[in-house]
Amino acid sequence: MSNTFNLVWLIPALPLLGFLVNGLGRKSLGKSASGFIGSAVVLGSFIFSIMTFMEVRQGHTGVVHFFDFLNVSGLKVAFSFQIDQLSSLFLLIITGVGFLIHVYSTAYMHDEEGKDFAKYFAYLNLFVFSMLLLVMGGNYLILFVGWEGVGLCSYLLIGYWYENNNYTDAAKKAFVMNRIGDLGFLLALFWLIGKTGSMEYGQVLQTATLSKLTAFDITGITLLMFVGATGKSAQIPLFTWLPDAMAGPTPVSALIHAATMVTAGIYLIARSNILFSSAIITQQVITIVGLATAFLAASIALKQNDIKKVLAYSTVSQLGFMFLALGTGNYVAAVFHVMTHAFFKALMFLGSGSVIHAMGGEQDIRNMGGLHKHMKITSITFLIGCLAISGIPGFSGFFSKDEILAGAFGYNTIVYSVALFTALMTAFYMFRLYIVTFTGKFRGTHDQEHHLHESPKAMTIPLIILAILSIIGGYIGIPEVLGGHHQLAAYLSPVIPQIHHHLSHETELILMGLSTLLVVCSITFAWIRFRNFKINHNHNSLASFLENKWYIDELYQFAVVKPIQKASSLFQLFLENRIIDGSVNGVGKLVNYGSRQLRLLQSGQVGAYVLLMVIGMLILFVIQFFVS
Amino acid sequence: MDIKAYIALSLVLFTIGIVGVLVRRNAIIIFLCVELMLNAVNLLLVAFSKMHALSPAAKASANFAGDAQIFVFFIMVVAAAEVSVGLAIIVMMFRNVHTVDINFLNRLKN
Repeated sequence: MSNTFNLVWLIPALPLLGFLVNGLGRKSLGKSASGFIGSAVVLGSFIFSIMTFMEVRQGHTGVVHFFDFLNVSGLKVAFSFQIDQLSSLFLLIITGVGFLIHVYSTAYMHDEEGKDFAKYFAYLNLFVFSMLLLVMGGNYLILFVGWEGVGLCSYLLIGYWYENNNYTDAAKKAFVMNRIGDLGFLLALFWLIGKTGSMEYGQVLQTATLSKLTAFDITGITLLMFVGATGKSAQIPLFTWLPDAMAGPTPVSALIHAATMVTAGIYLIARSNILFSSAIITQQVITIVGLATAFLAASIALKQNDIKKVLAYSTVSQLGFMFLALGTGNYVAAVFHVMTHAFFKALMFLGSGSVIHAMGGEQDIRNMGGLHKHMKITSITFLIGCLAISGIPGFSGFFSKDEILAGAFGYNTIVYSVALFTALMTAFYMFRLYIVTFTGKFRGTHDQEHHLHESPKAMTIPLIILAILSIIGGYIGIPEVLGGHHQLAAYLSPVIPQIHHHLSHETELILMGLSTLLVVCSITFAWIRFRNFKINHNHNSLASFLENKWYIDELYQFAVVKPIQKASSLFQLFLENRIIDGSVNGVGKLVNYGSRQLRLLQSGQVGAYVLLMVIGMLILFVIQFFVS
Repeated sequence: MDIKAYIALSLVLFTIGIVGVLVRRNAIIIFLCVELMLNAVNLLLVAFSKMHALSPAAKASANFAGDAQIFVFFIMVVAAAEVSVGLAIIVMMFRNVHTVDINFLNRLKN
């Protein structure tokens, strides 16, 4: 490869360095030093990412080969980086948003002890490293290495406050659910190797290679990959870990569980778009699962009272939207939404972190209210995030969400209606959250009210930057109907073939107008409903059904966890205690008994010994002379 | 003389030795019987050596000296040394327990 990319290895290497320095020196580094190192390495990666992005914009793409990762009997897997339009875009999102969140963390985690603080930054840097490996990897194996790395970091960071049992349970839940998905992904990889003998994107994702696969192979591989994606990107049926993952520190939720890691599944599918485009059944499955997840999570979010839980379900719902876009073949829209979502969801999570910081750890929005007076920057930036996610024209979410909805309309009207309804719910619950938290009267204790304050600059400046990005982020993808050129689609076109809508411009305009109108109605409805919010304990059955998250956790508990526990204790009782322990102990007892009997032979009578010896010799003679 | 006679004699001596070891309880007698067995084998060695030296194949061989019987003297020397050690043990045993009955000497048990 040309030497344009000879510094590209620094992009993941810097966070790795930061991880090593912070991880090894956690006891000797001061807080400011570890925070500085942690942020600086990500800033360095960000700068190199921009340089790479500039190179790629000029059309320099390619694979940077470093060494052979595996070389066994015909299978050769290189350690290489794929630098192209798709990965460079993800690089910018990961390092850019990642850097802001690192800066934010220096203030948010300030009450932690020195060595925990350094440990936190070490994990965060390791996460950035793994995520970069995931998107830069030149083949599925390197992607998988990163894929597992981010899963590990997610586990470590969810369980960061490991003294709390609930938090470690949440971490374990996230890890186990991810493992289930990973198994699917791994099987897909084996299948792929078995059929094509390669894992390099450049070789596998070619029409020539794909034509060798049967329809069954492609469907199987893509479905298994999608199983992997449902684990990492929190789709039905493996989404329940993401809301629980809110046990981690809020910046972690913003970085890992909203902006970057959970979009790994979308990256995987967008990267393999040629594969998925030729698997009709898989696309249908993805569409249905994405739509169902979007709807389910949005409906749950309507009734949650924990500020982070609302955002978590909102994330699940938005990820559902992205999968809907992938399923309808609208890959550019999915990547576009990944980007805008990274901006506004990171913004809102960081905003919620700012609120939690000010409230002294309180997360229940019923005990908040009227915070706008006390923390104007947080409130305004949060409002921008809400407007963006709701899809108000002019904000980034509008463009990306509208593109997804237009794609859905072209796909199927029923899918479109459900998606539109979900978008309305999104606007409703986001503004419920905003109105209940930031307007009205304060409902917490006097102590908390006295303590309310705007967060320090290290927290508000990232909020402001993200708010600006949430507004302008959409302008790189202005659709043609609004007089734009959709620069993002043009940029991504070498990786993702452009699809042409068969919708007329009038239809598109009508759809946009309709969704905007309905979203405004939905927001107004939320305003009327929650303007004078009071804590209300009377619930009807639907409300409690939603508040209890459709009882899905209970269902899993009943249908999966309990039977496994039952079966395990049964196995413990019979297989382990009786058969395995029985046979092991049985061998021991047999030897013991046998030895006790043999002991009697050693009588101490020399004559007896000699007799035995003679008998033995006689037997040997007999064998020698008569048998052989 | 025929080799068979030597073999028969040494077999008889060896058997007497074994039976003596098995049935007698006096350590000195047993010791003598052990010596008897040793010398039975020694006798056999001499007999076979002689038989081999008289064989046509051995005579044809240039560097055959017929001196294999020298090993018998080695065995005798070793046996003499062994006898002195064995007798010394028996003497010490008698001094300690005032008997040479081996059935009394089952201290190896336990």
